[in-house]
Amino acid sequence: MKYSVFAAGILSATAIMADTPELTVYTYDSFVSDWGPGPQVEQAFEEICACDLKLVGVEDGAALLARIRLEGAHTDADIMLGIDTNLMSAARETGLFAPHNVTTEFDLPVAWEDPVFLPYDWGYFAFVHNAGEDAPANFRALAASDKTILIEDPRSSTPGLGLLMWVKAAYGDEAPAIWEGLSDNIVTVTKGWSEAYGLFLEGEADMVLSYTTSPAYHLIAESDASKAAAAFDEGHYMQVELAAKLAATDQPELAGQFLEFIVSDAFQSIIPTTNWMYPVRVPKAGLPAGFNGLIQPEKSLLLPADEAAALKNKALDEWLTALSR
Amino acid sequence: MVNRAQPVKSGSGIIAAALVAALIFATLAAVFMRAEHGTGFTRADYSVLRFTLVQATLSAVISVALAVPVARALARRRFFGRGILITVMGAPFILPVIVAVLGLLAVFGRAGWLNQITGFIGLPPVQIYGLHGVVLAHVFFNLPLATRLILQAWQEIPAERFRLAAQLGFGPRAMFRQIEYPLLRRVVPGALAVIFALCLSSFAVALTLGGGPRATTIELAIYQAFRFDFDLARAALLSLTQLGLTILAALMVLQSAGATAFDSGPGRAVRRWDGKNLTAKLFDMACIALAAVFLMLPLAAVILAGLRTLPDVAGLMLWPVLISLSIALISTAILLLLALPMAVATALGRGAGLLETAGLLGLAASPLVIGTGLFILIRPIANPTALALPVTALVNAVMALPFALRILIPRAREVIRRHGRLALSLGMAGGPFIRRILLPRMRPQIGFAAGLSAALSMGDLGVIALFADPDFATLPLQIYRLMGAYRMADAAGAALMLLFLSLTIFWLFDRGGRWHAEA
Repeated sequence: MKYSVFAAGILSATAIMADTPELTVYTYDSFVSDWGPGPQVEQAFEEICACDLKLVGVEDGAALLARIRLEGAHTDADIMLGIDTNLMSAARETGLFAPHNVTTEFDLPVAWEDPVFLPYDWGYFAFVHNAGEDAPANFRALAASDKTILIEDPRSSTPGLGLLMWVKAAYGDEAPAIWEGLSDNIVTVTKGWSEAYGLFLEGEADMVLSYTTSPAYHLIAESDASKAAAAFDEGHYMQVELAAKLAATDQPELAGQFLEFIVSDAFQSIIPTTNWMYPVRVPKAGLPAGFNGLIQPEKSLLLPADEAAALKNKALDEWLTALSR
Repeated sequence: MVNRAQPVKSGSGIIAAALVAALIFATLAAVFMRAEHGTGFTRADYSVLRFTLVQATLSAVISVALAVPVARALARRRFFGRGILITVMGAPFILPVIVAVLGLLAVFGRAGWLNQITGFIGLPPVQIYGLHGVVLAHVFFNLPLATRLILQAWQEIPAERFRLAAQLGFGPRAMFRQIEYPLLRRVVPGALAVIFALCLSSFAVALTLGGGPRATTIELAIYQAFRFDFDLARAALLSLTQLGLTILAALMVLQSAGATAFDSGPGRAVRRWDGKNLTAKLFDMACIALAAVFLMLPLAAVILAGLRTLPDVAGLMLWPVLISLSIALISTAILLLLALPMAVATALGRGAGLLETAGLLGLAASPLVIGTGLFILIRPIANPTALALPVTALVNAVMALPFALRILIPRAREVIRRHGRLALSLGMAGGPFIRRILLPRMRPQIGFAAGLSAALSMGDLGVIALFADPDFATLPLQIYRLMGAYRMADAAGAALMLLFLSLTIFWLFDRGGRWHAEA
């Protein structure tokens, strides 16, 4: 069994090598799913690259980086696509990634300049609730209200970690007090985004930690205007999703071409209605109609990657202490 | 039973057990070796350890305690739909965790049916989140398993015992002392060990229903060490702790197991004369009804949620269904190849405790550590993604092994006891004994074990997520993908499909085993 599979692998690999080069992109699982950007991205890139684009899905952003670290310098990946700024520092420390050499103007609310990590989409974290219900205007008001919330665990989920950084960026040393105030609003803490959002749709809580773009999904895909995101006046923390080229890639030119591709119109116009995030460069055709009615935070929060990494353990301890009472 | 000539040998069983143990410890070692730096235990880990132990112990004890009266009621009553009820009651056990949790919350959650009723009659809402919620969910998952294991033991009591008990005019107390207590001593410890091991590595259920970071289990700490800290040494250390706790618990519990077996009879159909009075009847009816309601309501919620979107997603799920079915069938084949020799070797008595403990390892080890370890081991030899199917099938088989052993061992013990001497005196041993005597008489148990394993494999996300490529998605993985893409309603439809398929495959195996047999 093993040998036949192994042999088949070698045969197909040589067959492909003979015709077209192969570019391997490791990404998170929801990117490659039938409902994610993967299928369209693959088609669009293969039209211009004369290559075979192989997308490999690895659970979530954290698992993705762990997988690449596990494979180390011998990784099969040419590109890693899908970590966010909270993981960027750890990714940089591995020394496995090479500069992207892409110059472009980003439509990001914050300045972005990094020689290695290239943003491909972004969003704001936000609490999503049923439209028509009044929502608190900041964390203090939320803590004082009797609104119930569902959040993701920062130890197992990237949005959960994002919320941790949001409170830390907005409140600094006051963060523990904010968490203590929130502790009686929290219905439960889930392993990942899907569980929390699923519970929210079942009516288990008034609000769920998600993105400002979540209502656009319901509006565009389901013609359902019943969801809204609460605008918080202390600002919203951003999630910037990043791609990078592996230093050990055996397809450096193709990898470079792919990185140029992800900031191009073809890739960026796929993102909004498949990944339900903002493109880093607004496509010529503009954003889909459902995105126009979304809340626009007055202030964008984003800790520099190194600062976020340095603060993480302290913030996590504060969170655990406040919620374990 | 030791030191007596036996018609079968324990060699292949010992080899199978050694293979399982080698697989688990090799993956663990692979993770250890790959580690660069590591943090040991922290102070916070002790409260994690405590919570993990408390919830697993409570879950196991309560599941089994409730299963005893339910199994007894099912064993001594015959009613219309009993067979279907027993099959469907097993459903919680085979659903993907998140689907089962959503079903449970539709009933017991803040906005659930129960709270709608209490709200209607003016009672305060029932709060599900907390330790009691974790235990409730684990009982929901494991009560059916415990019930089936105990019910099976009940059905293995020879008909002559009941006849004799009736002739001697046993009352309920004598019945309990002479028949039921020895039976429970034989089956309960094993059931406790399996459920304890299963709950020990719970993560998503414990966290979600526990209501916050107080409900942190070892498995979550392993996940965090792996994913966010890439601290492989710590992940392996924590996994080793999990293994150690399971082995300790298993040895403790299995030690107390009574080895009493019943004298055998010619194997005629069981008739019961006990429990004929009205109180006993009412009590049994109440037990069955309560268990059925507790297990069926969340399932009803899963079915209701899925009905609307089932037609839309059915077409999209063709490939995933085929992939899941192939994994389930391969996994079941591997399982039987491991479990049957191990069950026979355990039945022969030499090193039985060690063999059974080896069987528990698959359940006790962290799936994340096994998956990662296999990944590290396979990668230098072959592309792990290309081996996704056999690897997933193998891991699923190892995880189903403890359940299969619990099902197979008592019966193997009995068959060898009852027919061993005669077979030997007829010069029948080895292959002919296995083919003509052992396997035919174990058919119901093999069918049940195969059905359970196939259904578990169908519903388990397993290690596929670590190995999968986009063209190779199982049904559970597609369900998670739908949820990850906001499509909760479609996910509910796919989950209903999975529920239906898993139950069907379970029923086919289970029924196939009991064909032409009274059950």
